[in-house]
This record gives sequence, structure tokens and C-alpha cells, in this order.
Amino acid sequence: MRRIGLFILAAAAAAFLMAVLLPGRSTAQPPLAALRARFQKKEKASIDHTRFAQLKQKFTRPQEVTAACISCHNGRHREVMQSSHWSWERLEYIQGKGIRPLGKKNALNNFCIGIAGNEPSCNKCHAGYGWADPTFDFQDPLLVDCLACHDNSNLYVKASGAAGMPDPAIDLSQVAQQVGRPQRTNCGTCHFFGGGGNNVKHGDLEKSLFDPSRDLDVHMASSGPDMQCVDCHTARQHRMLGKMYSISSMNRDRVECETCHGTLPHVDDVVNRHTLKVACQTCHIPEYAKEAPTKLTWDWSTAGRLKDGKPYEVKDANGVETYSSIKGSFTWGKKLKPEYVWFNGTAGHYMFGDPIDPGQTVKINELYGSYEDPDSKIVPVKVHRARQIYDTRFKYLIQPKTVSTQAGDGGFWKEFDWQKAASEGMKRIDLPFSGSYGFVNTEMVWPVNHMISSRERTVGCAECHTRQQGRLAALKGFYLPGRDYHPWVETFGTALIGLTLAGVLVHGSARVFFWRRRRRQ
Amino acid sequence: MRKGELVYRSFERFWHWMQAALILFLALTGFEIHGSLPFFGFGNAVRYHAAAALCFLVLVAFAVFWHFTTEEWRQYLPTRKNLRAQAEYYLHGIFRNAPHPTRKHPLRKLNPLQKLVYAGLKVFLIPLMAASGLLYMVYRYPERHEVRSLTIGMLEPIAVLHTLGAFFMVAFLIAHLYLITTGQTLTSNLKAMVTGYEEFPEEPEPEAPATAAVQGGL
Repeated sequence: MRRIGLFILAAAAAAFLMAVLLPGRSTAQPPLAALRARFQKKEKASIDHTRFAQLKQKFTRPQEVTAACISCHNGRHREVMQSSHWSWERLEYIQGKGIRPLGKKNALNNFCIGIAGNEPSCNKCHAGYGWADPTFDFQDPLLVDCLACHDNSNLYVKASGAAGMPDPAIDLSQVAQQVGRPQRTNCGTCHFFGGGGNNVKHGDLEKSLFDPSRDLDVHMASSGPDMQCVDCHTARQHRMLGKMYSISSMNRDRVECETCHGTLPHVDDVVNRHTLKVACQTCHIPEYAKEAPTKLTWDWSTAGRLKDGKPYEVKDANGVETYSSIKGSFTWGKKLKPEYVWFNGTAGHYMFGDPIDPGQTVKINELYGSYEDPDSKIVPVKVHRARQIYDTRFKYLIQPKTVSTQAGDGGFWKEFDWQKAASEGMKRIDLPFSGSYGFVNTEMVWPVNHMISSRERTVGCAECHTRQQGRLAALKGFYLPGRDYHPWVETFGTALIGLTLAGVLVHGSARVFFWRRRRRQ
Repeated sequence: MRKGELVYRSFERFWHWMQAALILFLALTGFEIHGSLPFFGFGNAVRYHAAAALCFLVLVAFAVFWHFTTEEWRQYLPTRKNLRAQAEYYLHGIFRNAPHPTRKHPLRKLNPLQKLVYAGLKVFLIPLMAASGLLYMVYRYPERHEVRSLTIGMLEPIAVLHTLGAFFMVAFLIAHLYLITTGQTLTSNLKAMVTGYEEFPEEPEPEAPATAAVQGGL
């Protein structure tokens, strides 16, 4: 008898262990090792550009370099001129607006607002030479800047305020002989400094990624796979995968982790099941702005204060700029937990001329998606909140002219006159300015996609599945186990257990009481 | 030979104690998943809960087989006979050390109230927990090119039903633990479920309540 009992117990224990260990394991191992091997091998260029006579000449203008490039790569310029790095716009379907060209060319944000009237400064990052005003010839192949992206010498620099022209001190011949596949330095020169400084805009793209540690990003880690931007942001005919939803609205050309990692990358199936509703980034980017702070709020309404008639800056104890006369007041954040939204890959945009309600926060872009939508997943975002100038009579946002290239042109950063800056800026986008302006709260949502943490730092289950203020506390409208409960069931259940306990206690005490009385008798 | 009569056969005892352990464990992990208590950590709680649930389902399958092959299921058929007497016993008689209105016997292990409660447990509560639990584990998220009869929107009703059942289960457990002590003696029910054997007093003479008083515990 006892033996049988023991045997049965042992069998049950074994069954339990197997049940714990077996169903959680997928048979297919994620091909991490294979991926590691793939990126360990660094490609070697098959061509040595130092040996081309065309590149050994003395270049006096950067356009001559482009001509030299085209003399061999005789179709590539056409690809570049089709790409958004050149056109700064794409034809996009925008919900409620139809098909519209959309891009840096015509979009506005709540950082430096927009390029119109400010091209010399903003367009430093254009993949071309000399887009200083609307007369720029988008059909001229010689204006394509090949070097900005293909310089592998790290010597090439575009000059500030020169509309994309390189620093005149650069030896273009030397740079032209060291071209190749784009490196993090090429992309980062522009993409890490958007918004006028390191990490200002994105929060997950900043100069630490030139030489990142494994803690900062597992893929780009210099000591690890050392992946370059273009390893994920692959291109066909110079059309890159990946785009930011501040200037795009359609679910296309996205970079997806699944391309390499597959749709079921985890060992644990319970975790795999999350991938249907939760984007990879949500768990694998526990925090962003890990090293340098990123701008969280920007209040333009305080801009223009002067000390002794001169603009000034205020910095906090860490040397971070919290006020500048030309731009207003800022707050910054470091090591930030993202906010989370449902996202199906489509976005809406405020466009110049759209009416606003000054009593409400204007959503300059908006990620669409919902729990019910099968295409939606939870994604991490940085939200940038600002107060920026709008026309109080016509009730739309204003494009101010900020950059000044000559005295009296109205550029706010020199003249500090909103009236004039608004008037000049609006002229450039062909919208009337009533003459009265105010400041309105605006919001932009920036998906956070970089700074992937190592596995050990991944967001843990209980950071969302909790009744305490979890990461997803603000994301309502669906049932999240561990966070949610039905209030009636909870009350009823607690009462049921309470009453049962009380009943048992009362009944038991009564039995003890009567039993004692009986014993005494 | 042991004294007394064999009331609970070895499988029945094994089934009972396995079930007890599993239900306790499921309650512990389940209420952790529900967010009521921290113990294993959410992720582990989910895995353990799923594993224990599978074991529980296997056990239920064996138990169902056993109930039908041994015809033990008839023990749970509710009856109105003695129902009122049994209720009155728990409300009055038990305090006065009155005799149990229902005599326990290997062929009649349950009193009418127990029959009712256990039948409810077997017919409603355990099936509810098993069904909602299974759905919780295997229901489909909305997938393209997939059957979408159960969408992620079903998660809430499934989870809420499962939670409701769990509250009933805990309440049952509390009452059940207490009622163990209401047998012939304080521990006779427990002993019977451990050893399988229970001693039954002689059929009491109607004119000799004193004997019962000596034997009866609380």
C-alpha cells in the first residue's frame, strides 16, 4: 500500500516537473548565434577608391566631387533624387486628409517648428548642396551630396548655416578617396543632433551611439556586434527602410526586429504570445536617453527676454540649458521610462493651415491604433510637450522665421520680435497672419526604437502586470491580468471569503463555548 | 487488521490529497497573477499556475473515470431526505452534542448537505474553473488568417469568470477545513481521509445518549 502511494506521489511530482519544464520551451532555438556570426564578419569593400584618378584631382567645389562619383556610379544620383533624404517629402496617405506630400519640407514640429524661411540653418542636414531658399533646383544631380552619407574618413563636415555646403576648409579630394558604406558617424552627424543639439529630439538617438557600450545598445555595441545603422536600415536604390512618424503617416518601409529575429524569438512561449500585442521595443527598451538628456518640454512663450539688450542662456547644475533667449525655456530628462500607446503603423499630422482649438493641446502628430485593432501593438514613445506660437484670430499654428541671414529679415533669433518673425515666416508658407499671436500647448509623439538593452535589463513581467502604478497604468480600455479586475467580483469575492471566515469562527467559538459548559456540568 | 471500516480507498485518498495540494497551489499562484499577493514573482506564478493546471486536469480525468467505473458518483446524488435534519444539526444539535442525523457508512459517506455542496462543486465550480482556465490558456489572440472565434476581447470575461470561481473555491476551502472537525470526533474525518479507515460507534441505543457524549468531541 505504502509503496504504491509513494510510487504515485513520485509519478505525480515527475509529471508536475515535466509540465513546468516542457510547455514553456519552443523546440526552435532563436537563431541568435547565427545572427551573431553574421555580424561578426565585417564586410570589406571590394573597391579601393584611393586608386581612381578621378578622385585624385583637386576639387574646388563639392559639386565636382558629385560629378566624379556620377562618372562611374552613373545612375545612383537618380535614386538619391527619388529618396526622401533628397526630397524631404514623400507622398503619404493621411487619414482625413487624403494623399499629401509630407516631410521636413512642409511639416512642422514643436521643436524649431519648421524649415520655411530657416533653410540655411535647418538644411545643413539636407543630402544636397545649397538649399537656402525655395529656388533650390531639385533636378540638378550635381547638387547631390554623396559625401555626407558615404564619407568613411570622418573628415567631412557640413558648415553651419550654409544650407548643406561643406566646411570650406575640408580637403574634398582626401574625403572622396575614402568613401564607402555609411557608418554610424555618417547617419549620426544629422540624426543624433535633430532639434538643435545632441539627443534633443529623439531621446534614443545621440552621440553616445558613435561608440556605444553594450548597456547602451546591444546591437551597436562597439565591443559586440558593432552593427551600423544601415545593417537594419537597409536600402534598395537608396530608398532606406525606416522613417519617423513625425514626418510620415503610412504603415510601410518600417524596420522590423522580426526581419532577423522572427516572430517567435523567445524560448518561453508565454513571452512569445506577447508579440501579438506588444512590440519588441516595449520590453526591450526599458529606458531611453540613457546617457545624455533629451528635451521633454519646450516653452517658446518665454523666448525673447534679454539682459542688457543681449540674449543669454541659463544652464542648470549639470550644464544643461534650461533657458535661452532665442528659444525659450526647456526641461530635460535622462534615463527615462517611455510612455506607451497602441500603434498600428499609421499616424495623423497637423499640417499648416489646419484649424486648432486653443483651449486644447494640439496634437502635431498622433499615432493611431487601439486594443481591438489586430494590427496594433503597444509601442514605447517619447512625448514632447511644448507651447508654441499660433495665430489667435485665424486659429492655426504659425511658422515663425527664426534664422536670420541678414539684418532686418525678421529672423527671431536676431531681432526677438514675434510679430515680425510670424509675419515673415507665414509669408513663406503662403498663409495669412492676422497680426495677433499667442501660445498654445502642443504635443508630439516620437516612437522610441533604439537603445535596445541587454536581455538582463528587459522589462520584467510585474512592471506591467501589477496593481501598483505599472508602466501600462495609463493605457486603459483592455483587461491586463495582474493589473485589472472586475470591481463587483472583487467586492463580492472578498465579502464571500470574509463571511465564510466569520461564519466558521462564530460556529467554532459557539462549539467551544457549549463544549466547555457541558464539561463543567 | 486496522480497526474500523475502509471508507476511502487508496485512489480516492490519493485523488483527494493531490487535489487539495493542487488547489492550494493554484490558489496561491492564481491570486498572485490576479495581483492580490506577491510570492513567486508574476512570471513564475504564470508558469507554475499553468503547469499545476495541466496536472489538475489530468487528475480530474482520472477522477471522473474512477467515479464512473466505481459508481461512486452516486454518492453525490442530492437528496432531500434528512436535509432539514442535517441543517438543524449544524445550527443547533452540534452545540448540544446531539448525534449526527446521518450515519456515515462506506456506502453513504456524505450527509445530505455535503451531497449538495459537493455536487455543486463537481457540476458547477470545477467545470467552470477548468473551462475558463483552459480558455485562458489556449484562447486565440486575433491573428490574421486564423480562426477568430475567440478574440482578445474575450480575455476579460474569461478572466473575470475564472476569478469569480476562485473566490468561491477559497470560500469552500475555508468551510471545508472547518467542517473536518465536525465528525464523530474532532479528528476522525481527517484520520479517515489519511488512513482510509474510520471507526463507527455502535448503533446508538435511543435511550443511551451518554455514550455519545463521551465519544463526541466538540
